Formats: sequence, C-alpha cells, structure tokens
Amino acid sequence: MEGRLARIGLRIWVGGVLLFLFVPIAIICFYAFNSSNIQSWPIQGLSVKWFSVAWHDPQVRAAFVLSLKAGVFATAIALLLGSAAAFGVHRFRFFGREAVSLLLVLPLALPGIITGIALNSAFSFAGIGLSLLTIVIGHATFCIVVVYNNVIARLRRVSGSVYEASADLGAHGFFTFRTVTLPMLSTALISGALLAFALSFDEVIVTTFTAGAQNTLPLWIFGAIRLGQQLPEVNVVVVAVLLLTVIPVIIAVRLTGGGGITRGSAAARSAMDSGSPGA
Amino acid sequence: MPTDAPLADPGAARVATGPPAVRLAGLRKSFGHLAAVAGVDLEIAEGEFFTMLGPSGSGKTTLLRLVAGFERPDAGVVELGGTDVTRQPPYARDVNTVFQDYALFPHMNVRENVEYGLRVRRVPRAERRRRAEAALEMVRLTGLSERKPVQLSGGQRQRVALARAIVNEPEVLLLDEPLGALDAKLRQEMQSELKRIQREVGITFVYVTHDQEEALTMSDRLAVFNQGRIEQLGTPVDVYERPASDFVAGFIGISNLLERDGRHITVRPEKIRLLADGEQPPPGSHTEPGRIEDVVYLGMLTRYVVSLADGGRLTAVRQNLDGYAADVLGTRGTSVTVAWRDDLSYEVTPEREEQA
Repeated sequence: MEGRLARIGLRIWVGGVLLFLFVPIAIICFYAFNSSNIQSWPIQGLSVKWFSVAWHDPQVRAAFVLSLKAGVFATAIALLLGSAAAFGVHRFRFFGREAVSLLLVLPLALPGIITGIALNSAFSFAGIGLSLLTIVIGHATFCIVVVYNNVIARLRRVSGSVYEASADLGAHGFFTFRTVTLPMLSTALISGALLAFALSFDEVIVTTFTAGAQNTLPLWIFGAIRLGQQLPEVNVVVVAVLLLTVIPVIIAVRLTGGGGITRGSAAARSAMDSGSPGA
Repeated sequence: MPTDAPLADPGAARVATGPPAVRLAGLRKSFGHLAAVAGVDLEIAEGEFFTMLGPSGSGKTTLLRLVAGFERPDAGVVELGGTDVTRQPPYARDVNTVFQDYALFPHMNVRENVEYGLRVRRVPRAERRRRAEAALEMVRLTGLSERKPVQLSGGQRQRVALARAIVNEPEVLLLDEPLGALDAKLRQEMQSELKRIQREVGITFVYVTHDQEEALTMSDRLAVFNQGRIEQLGTPVDVYERPASDFVAGFIGISNLLERDGRHITVRPEKIRLLADGEQPPPGSHTEPGRIEDVVYLGMLTRYVVSLADGGRLTAVRQNLDGYAADVLGTRGTSVTVAWRDDLSYEVTPEREEQA
C-alpha cells in the first residue's frame, strides 16, 4: 500500500512540476490568439489577427531576418571551428590539451553578461563597430561549444580502430573521411548545428552588448515588454521564437537520442567491453 | 633425465616453395622507454596457421600492427611474399586484419561492411555483391545483410569482421585476439570455424592470442612471446611437450619446475604418477617421496599438489577412472611417492638470462 501511495504522490509531484514549467508558456501561446489588445482573463475572443499584424510590422520583420542571419552564420562558424577543435583534441595528444578542452567549454558556463561585456569592450578597443558581424561573433562563442561537445562525444564513442580498419581495407585518408568519418559524425553535426541555432535564435544577454542599434527578435521582445507596447504582437513573436527554438531541439534530441547516438554508443560499448588494443 | 628426443623439426614439415608469406628480420619497436618488440626474426610459410602467443604486454599485438602497417618499426624489415613493405602504409599492403573490437563501420549494414574493401578497389557492383555473399556464406552468416552492426550479437559481429577481411582474398590475414570478447562456448565454436575457413580459403593466418588452449588447438606453428621477444617457436606439440624455458613451461599449462643438482627441470602434470605404498614404479622412472598437500576434485580429473621431500612442489593430475570424490579427497595430507619416466621431464632455461 505504501508503495502505491508513494507512486501516486510521485505522479502528482511530477505533474505539479510540469505544470509549473509549462503553464506560463501555454498562457502566452493562448494570448497570441486573443482578439483584444488588452491582456485580461478571460480573453474576449479568439483571433489570428495579431499574427497578421506582426507579420506586416517592418520592425518585427527586420528583427526576424537579423535573428535568422545571426543564427545561420553563428551556426556555420560553430560547425567549422567546433568540429575542427573536436578533431584536434580527440586525435592529437599535445601539451595543454586538457586546458584547451576546458577553455572551449567554458563560454557556455560563463555568465552571458561577462561574455557580453568582455566582447563589447574588446570590440570598442579594436575599433570594430557593432553590427551583424559582432552579433555573430558573440553567438559563435557559445555555439562552438555545442557543436564541439556533440562531435567530441561522438568521436569518443566510435572506436578508433574503424579508421585503421578502413586503411587496412585499402582506403587512404580522403576516402576514409568521405565514407567513414563524415557519415558517422553526420547526426552529431546536424544535432549540434540545430542546438547551436536554437541557442543563437533566442539569445538576449550577449546580444544586448554586441548588437548596437539593431534588434534581433529577442531584443525586440525585450524592448517591447519594457516599454509596455505592442504586447499582443509580442505574444505572437514569442510563439514564433518558441517554435523556431523548440523544433530544432526536438529534432536534435531525436537524432542523437533516438537513432544516431544509440548506434554509436552500442558500438562504443562493445569496444569498451573488449578493452582497448594498442600499446 | 632431460633428453633431446628428436621431435619433428617445426620448419621441416613444410616444403618451402617460393618466399615465405611473412618474413620479419631484426624487428624492433619501442614506445618511449618501453621496448614492445625487442628484435624479432620470424618466417611464416604460405598457407600456415601461425599463432603468436603471449601474456598482455609481450609485444605480440604490436608485432601484428607492424605487419599490418599501423606502426612503423624503429629497426628491421617486414616482408610480405618476398617484397619489402616496411615503408608502405597499411592501405598499400596485401594483408587484412580482424580487429579485437571488430571495428565494424557502425553506419553501414552488414553487406556494406563486407563490400567496403572491394568498393575501395572499384570492383563493379554486381561482382561486389556476389563476392560479399560468398564471403558471408563462408562464415555462415546469411540473411542478415541488411542489418546494422548494433543489431547483431557478438558472435555475428565477429563473423562479419571475418567476412569483411577474407572477401578481399589477402595474402595474409591478421587476427588480433578475435575471440577475446566472446563467451567460452561461442569461442570454442569459432575456433573450429576459423580452422575450417582457413583450410577452405588457404590464406595464411597470423593469429594473436593470450589463450594457450586456443593456440595449441588451432595452430600449425606458434611463437611464445615474452617481453618483446620470441621465447620459443615450434609446433603445439613441441611447445607443450618440450618447453624451452621455464617461462614457456609456466605460460603453457601448469608450471612444474624443480631444481635438482643445479638444473631446472619441468614435468607436465599428466605425466606424473602417484604411487601407492609398495607399488613399483615403471622401469626407467625417476621417483621422489612427498606429501599430498592439496587435492582439488575437478569432476573428470583430480588435481594433486605434492610437496616433495627434496624441496619444491609439483602439480599432478589424474583421471578419475575409478573411485569417488570422497576417496580422492581423503588422500589429503598422506605420504606418497611421485614417479615419472625419465624421458618425460625436460631441462629448461631459468627465467631471463638475457639472450642475444
């Protein structure tokens, strides 16, 4: 009986936590369909008119495009540098390797405000005006980490002997890269990119210090809320941001948790079982 | 007591036609200060099932990797079929490896894995398919071509790894403890499978293991490795019956070492008789008094540990032909006379007097 009670209690508790986490989000999504421009409960009626208003608002559009650009460029940089760093740290043993590994991951743990202020003063020190470029650089600092983490986790899971096996079967470097390395990393790269994009798309703090006069979508939301203006539009934009960040994350989790990583990890497990060959 | 009974010379049984499949000369490889391979000379004949046996860290795997080309030697020569390949990268060598962890490509299915070597060499698709099927049939793994490695059991992965290697029909197949990850029953099954496959394809097998039983049952010849050197080279019978050193004696089977008159001798446990009171030893036997210190009942066998009056301790085994567990276990602590035929004990070199 006690076990049964505990189970029920636990379920209620979990339900409570989930409500606590998601009710506010549900409310804001609900408000996006409010026909009135006053947020009061119960809402007056359902409408999609604010979607149309937001879509035609040039400020929102400009912010949306800027956010997309920043996200895409930051992700591209992160893919390039993050995977290169992962290869380097994984493949080679060099002095300070652990330190490099830590320094790469640090920006994610570092408070955004520190990254933001540091970048801001660095840019002004170097005489670089705040622009799309500076936003992209700011976002890249933490996007690189996400890609790096994904790729290095995959590299660690894959037994190193597959590269030797490929060479053993007659393939030289580029063929191995094309047929073995890249396909094995593909899901890690895709999920890393999606997570990086999601992170970039809703970033506020670092962006505040690196955007200058321009607004990304989260900055626009922040400004509008602070001024108490265009609140119905804010709700719509929030829903858009929500979708554009949650969907990539879900896909990323699917890729790594569902098919991708299970494959890799099972292979790694068998590799670990049999112990590592070598010296 | 120790004799030089002429057992078959290991090399003589084979008629040497053409160059050896593998020839190693003066091979050395160090990692830092550790000499993993400390001067190895070896010839492996074509079509031979050759085993490199030794404890971990004895250099056998490094030697295999030198043959495959994953490591470059510090000194010495690697020849395959009479051609010097010492400076050639792995992909240019006509050898294939079955890796200890199988190293299957996780993103490819079974057929793609097996076809990989052929794809690298641009064999047309239809022929690739045909040869892959044939190889999978050879290792008795058909109907699973579409599966990914994770969907296979350990034994099945093992077979895929084998098929992926033999499909290329290499001059030499290198196997690095391929059965190490399998359970005992599967391992025995794969041992006979490997022997069958080797006979059928006629490829030279170079097999690395630390399992002495595996080495004895499968090999045409074997080399026992210790500290980067070959301790003994010969047929399984040679190495088991006439161990050259106490290391070999101890590593293969139970080490029964005695020092008598300044000489180190060894006798295999099954050659030792335990004589009852008044029982006469067979003619030509060496006898010593002792006391049974321990008796271990093993079902089919009983193992006795006898401490000898002249010093030293021997392990003897006896088949439980007649008598029950109670009978044999009751002999613990009793006096006994051990006997063995003079020609069944051998003098061995004691541990590591550095040889050149």
